[in-house]
Amino acid sequence: MTARRTNSECLRVSFVSLWLNSSIGHSPQRHREPQRRTKILLSIAALLGLGFLPAVHAQVARPIEDPAIEARMKHLTKELRCLVCQNETLADSQAPLAEDLRREIREQIKAGKSDSEILAYATQRYGDFVLYNPPVKATTYLLWFGPFVLLIGGTALLYRYVKRRRDLIEAEPLTVEERQRAEKLLKEM
Amino acid sequence: MKKLVFVPLALFAVLVAFLLIGLRRDPREVPSPLINKAAPAFQLPQLQDPAKTFSAQDMRGKVWLVNFWGTWCIACREEHPWLVEYAKANAVPIVGVDYKYSSDTSDERAAAIRWLAELGNPYSMTVYDADGRTSIDFGVYGAPETFLIDKQGVIRFKQIGPLTPEVWQNKVLPLVKQLNQ
Repeated sequence: MTARRTNSECLRVSFVSLWLNSSIGHSPQRHREPQRRTKILLSIAALLGLGFLPAVHAQVARPIEDPAIEARMKHLTKELRCLVCQNETLADSQAPLAEDLRREIREQIKAGKSDSEILAYATQRYGDFVLYNPPVKATTYLLWFGPFVLLIGGTALLYRYVKRRRDLIEAEPLTVEERQRAEKLLKEM
Repeated sequence: MKKLVFVPLALFAVLVAFLLIGLRRDPREVPSPLINKAAPAFQLPQLQDPAKTFSAQDMRGKVWLVNFWGTWCIACREEHPWLVEYAKANAVPIVGVDYKYSSDTSDERAAAIRWLAELGNPYSMTVYDADGRTSIDFGVYGAPETFLIDKQGVIRFKQIGPLTPEVWQNKVLPLVKQLNQ
């Protein structure tokens, strides 16, 4: 289900790896027909290339934008997650949805919207998950403060443990006999 | 002192519990912030007749579904026969939004009309979102997506991915019944 829903833009990488795997794979039939294999590989490569063509075309066709607007857009889209390819920022993603969202953000910048207004535009539609920098609120307290609680708690536990050990050592000093034995052992070394 | 031995064990158990819950959740399913909020207003040209428009406002006072799809979407093809089947029972009107990304240069409108003619038309109304703006307003990111909207125009439920018969029987139909009361 999940894989089927994944956008084809994200899938391209896996197609390439599948193709590489299959060409490395041990298939005796394929080894006997090197020419046929090259043909297949070439046609797959051509098909993959075709897939990239519309994107390249779209980039060429786009008019040159104001560099100040582009810089602001880049800064903003680096803060936002692309929901189609969830490991990518909106700035990096090649998914068609990301492209359309960049268009929306560009238009909002031109309309004079502030950065916080544009980020609010994104979270109203897609939730806090689109923000790479999640806001501090009741549901994210654990995320923001959990590590510090663990650090402080761990330090407190360690401190208590060390202190107790020290108290234990001080509570039982060596007897005269033990001290003499210890000194003798040290001399032998 | 001896009790402290169980602290790491308890912490480990908590960690395991968190990981187990995490395993059962689909990370691609992002909860929509639009649930229990007013559905975004939209007015779009009808798919078959661009001269006529349809507005979300037209559905005020009705419980209805809005389904975002496109002919480029593989999971939509999987979902389509189910929608045709659900529509036969006439339990709730389904409005289809056929949408297209602006980078897509194909003739989506023609392809969608062909699709409905060939595979059956489950929609009481189909509109065409040529630049994907309405889909963005609904926070659609993984077609097909379906929203259940109540009489006051508030979104009550969202399905990301195909509306399977299980979801239809267990979630959509009971909610429709409840909202229609």
